[in-house]
Amino acid sequence: MAHESVEAEHALAPAGDHNAAHGQQHPLGIYFAIWGLLFVLSTFSYLVDYFHFVGFTRWTLILAFMWLKAGLIVAVFMHMRWERLALIYAILIPPLLLGVLVALMSIEADYTFWTRVIFFGLIKGTPGPG
Amino acid sequence: MTDQTAQAPVAASQGLQSLVDDWSTDQETFKQVHWGKAMMWIFLLSDTFIFSCFLTSYMTVRSSTTIPWPNPSEVFALTIAGQHIPLILIAIMTFILISSSGTMALAVNYGYRRDRRTTALLMFATALFGVTFVSMQGFEWTKLILEGVRPWQNPWGAPQFGSCFFMITGFHGLHVSIGVIYLTTIAIKVLKGDFERKGNYEVVEIAGLYWHFVDLVWVFIFAFFYLW
Repeated sequence: MAHESVEAEHALAPAGDHNAAHGQQHPLGIYFAIWGLLFVLSTFSYLVDYFHFVGFTRWTLILAFMWLKAGLIVAVFMHMRWERLALIYAILIPPLLLGVLVALMSIEADYTFWTRVIFFGLIKGTPGPG
Repeated sequence: MTDQTAQAPVAASQGLQSLVDDWSTDQETFKQVHWGKAMMWIFLLSDTFIFSCFLTSYMTVRSSTTIPWPNPSEVFALTIAGQHIPLILIAIMTFILISSSGTMALAVNYGYRRDRRTTALLMFATALFGVTFVSMQGFEWTKLILEGVRPWQNPWGAPQFGSCFFMITGFHGLHVSIGVIYLTTIAIKVLKGDFERKGNYEVVEIAGLYWHFVDLVWVFIFAFFYLW
């Protein structure tokens, strides 16, 4: 079934440029909806800071709003949800490797931090502005 | 608009089998995808890694320093009409960049409708938002430099704050500036009708991909550098 559809669409899609004119065309409404959602989510992100949420609540909220915004931009504005699976996987899988880098550097940073604390002693910071 | 229903089953509802098929044909892998679009995506992927390196380095130095990190909420606060508002400049910059992404998305849509005038106007609007963003960044940099922030020191805490700030926002600002030039160039070409001959308005979508990516990177910078 899947095989047939691939061949069928291949027959429909010669390399001709006339096909390109019918690329990513979607109703305008969806762009305005996403635009509005991004505004709302950004406002929420800002309010996280404004209302001085701290600790776990703060990090969870920041990350949640961040991923929602990133997802909406990639999926709709960049048209990823309408692309072929071959392209989606080729672009979205490799960045997952960055998790390894982040994990390694996080361990390294922890090691550096405790090395500094143990061998140099804690240094008192200067007071913040305001 | 009518071809959306016809297009949906082809693009969205394909299984893993089609993924394997696409990758195992001895032809093009990204079928029905304009080569320029595939190349732009691959470039953006590499750029993702560059920005990730910056943000990961920032994470490393911030979590390994024993000196308290300056509070971004206070560092980027402004006093407007006697009111002390935390992080307000960055919030405004965020809204400006989102708006520019909105106008760009509309420009891509009007491009495919072959509405050259509207497309070009929306792209110029996008570029204008971009210029506004970079100008505000210039203001922010000037303010911080006058307050004594340097890549190796600052008056409020961990000295790494400066180097992270200048590298991350500087590299992002460079991307916005290049994007403004890129969009203006394409908009002028649209207005002149350069793409009419081939009827190929994917060029606008490809420029749009770059611009949305710049907005996307800002989402991460905003979350990790300014809010964290």
